[in-house]
Amino acid sequence: METRGDTRMQGYADPGLCRELADRIRAALTGRLRFMEVCGTHTVSIYRSGLRSLLPPEVEHVSGPGCPVCVTHAREIAACIALARIPGVIVLTFGDMMRIPDSRGMSLQQAKARGADVRICYSPAEALQLARANPDQEVVFLGVGFETTAPAVAAVVKQAGQNGLDNLSLLSCHKRIPPALGHLLAGRDLDVDALLLPGHVSTVIGLGPYSFLGREFGIPSAVSGFEPADILMGLYSLVRQQEKQKPEVINAYPRAVKDQGNRAAQAVLEEVFDSGPAQWRGLGRIEDSGLYLAPEYSGLDAWKRFGLEDIEDREPPGCRCGEVLKGKLHPRQCPLFGAGCTPSRPAGPCMVSTEGSCAAVFKYGM
Amino acid sequence: MHTHILLDHGSGGLASQRLIKDVFVRHLGNAVLSSLNDAACLDLSGRVAMSTDTFTVTPLFFPGGDIGSLAVHGTVNDVAMCGAVPRYLSCGFILEEGLSLELLERIVASMARAAESAGVQIATGDTKVVPRGAVDQVFINTTGLGELGEGTPPQGNRAAPGDAVLVNGSMGDHGLTVLAHREGLNFRTPVESDSAALNGLVSDVMQAVGDVHVLRDPTRGGLATTIKEIAEQSGVCIELEESRIPFSPGVEEGCSFLGLDPLFLANEGKMICIVPQDMAEKALQAMRSHALGKRAEIVGRVIQGQAGRVVLNTAIGGQRLVHMLEGEQLPRIC
Ligand code: SF4
Repeated sequence: METRGDTRMQGYADPGLCRELADRIRAALTGRLRFMEVCGTHTVSIYRSGLRSLLPPEVEHVSGPGCPVCVTHAREIAACIALARIPGVIVLTFGDMMRIPDSRGMSLQQAKARGADVRICYSPAEALQLARANPDQEVVFLGVGFETTAPAVAAVVKQAGQNGLDNLSLLSCHKRIPPALGHLLAGRDLDVDALLLPGHVSTVIGLGPYSFLGREFGIPSAVSGFEPADILMGLYSLVRQQEKQKPEVINAYPRAVKDQGNRAAQAVLEEVFDSGPAQWRGLGRIEDSGLYLAPEYSGLDAWKRFGLEDIEDREPPGCRCGEVLKGKLHPRQCPLFGAGCTPSRPAGPCMVSTEGSCAAVFKYGM
Repeated sequence: MHTHILLDHGSGGLASQRLIKDVFVRHLGNAVLSSLNDAACLDLSGRVAMSTDTFTVTPLFFPGGDIGSLAVHGTVNDVAMCGAVPRYLSCGFILEEGLSLELLERIVASMARAAESAGVQIATGDTKVVPRGAVDQVFINTTGLGELGEGTPPQGNRAAPGDAVLVNGSMGDHGLTVLAHREGLNFRTPVESDSAALNGLVSDVMQAVGDVHVLRDPTRGGLATTIKEIAEQSGVCIELEESRIPFSPGVEEGCSFLGLDPLFLANEGKMICIVPQDMAEKALQAMRSHALGKRAEIVGRVIQGQAGRVVLNTAIGGQRLVHMLEGEQLPRIC
């Protein structure tokens, strides 16, 4: 019989291994371990696998700012929608962006239903083909995501520049994770004991950019993969650091993450983007946390090309994503949860994204 | 001879008649259809089950099937899930002006093969041609009629505490195949739609078990949504064992890559079968002896408890709730 447990992909979901790791965590635990999983993929994996029910109650988890769709600011959503409404513009986006509402409840999905040309893609490279196939139209790629997705987008921008594709541009809403962590920790209103760092982002940036976590904030952290056993291994490392009172940055995902990260990806990021301040939904303005096209590529900057820089919008009324993202509020404590806000009629981004913490609690929570 | 569909083909005049004779009757013809009367006169007795469905799949052809065979399988299965023996189908085509006739013939020929192997006759049909852009190439509606036997038929509200929950094979193959093919995604392990007519399998299981409580095909919304519906309809609690739910390696890989939950992916050749616990082994054997049930498993049980609650005992030994799919599943960014 071939079932889920036997296949290659599920080796890291082996029940025996998971139970053993959970036991080790329980044995090494000295007190409360309230950890923040920075990445939305961790959030989903924790809920979907039922991992929570294996852990002792002293291990609590808080969903961090690591869902790229969730932290996309209302003004960025408003800019995407404004773009989609310009005649002759084709907006190309990853699917998860389609349902996020702006403050008036308008989303890309609704703009599309009213005639806007919005297309879903799976890889940023599709932008090049689309621009070539539609020379009379303007193709704009919505660049949303962290250091994980940004290098592939940067490579597309480079190619568009080299090929002289002048009907292609990028609306960069890319964000960087380490400055957001620094901002959260410096703000002192973050109630967590340790950080579970995102595996995907770390494959690109490596461990170096996190070194300030232990040094400046004395907080244990571990880079972790996404299968249940990966997450438990990360947690075990956090418990051990707490026990030894020696906070550092541990790579608990060595099969995918190299300590130096991916040099080629770092190089293309550096060439194409400059960092600057960015607005994060729920977290506000964070210095150095946004990625914007470098001056050599400013001709491909959709913010400038379509005069979107002055767009403003506020967060949907009543949505408490900001507090959810800081670990101060459990999704269920939001008055809108499950009533005014569900995955099919979301009020806020934490519910709209499949990786958002509100959506995960709504879909999988016991 | 034209090579593409023209608006004339829907005019009701000569072009329409030629299309009906050269394509539809040539492939689908049988005594009932070929008489070309305004209505089909059918030979049915006793209680009748009826179901209708409309097929708009993109792409039209995908690994493991096409819109034609799907339009037959989908409706045959809906009729079979009431425990009825599907006998006749009607089919309505909405064709886009400019559609290649060769493509249409391939679809109709595939319908003919699917109908023949499912043992149903296409008894009547209709064609409309709409201007280019009004539909995406071809939409097909099929309605099915089937004969119901004696006794209480399987129904969504008949799951009772103590029952066992079975499936006839791996979950999510159709949904992931269509998605991957539509978007041009390739996984290391290929995926193929499970599209198939389940009436033969249903009749084997019904014979082996006698009283099957529930039969449902988990199409859109997948296993999770359908099980949740059954739990609500029957007012019972259902417990599923994740490690017993079969998935093909391609679906596991693709879902892990795209961040999709395979429990929510559509199936077109799978059924959920709920039977009294003491009949579970018999039902399992009947399924496994059939070509479409080789990977059948007992995946859960109906228990007393909060009505409508579905709990998944996860592969790693945890628990979580299962809800209905809300909106479409969208692949993740990172
Ligand atoms: S439940 Fe909805 S409104 Fe409340 S915090 Fe979550 S996403 Fe925002």
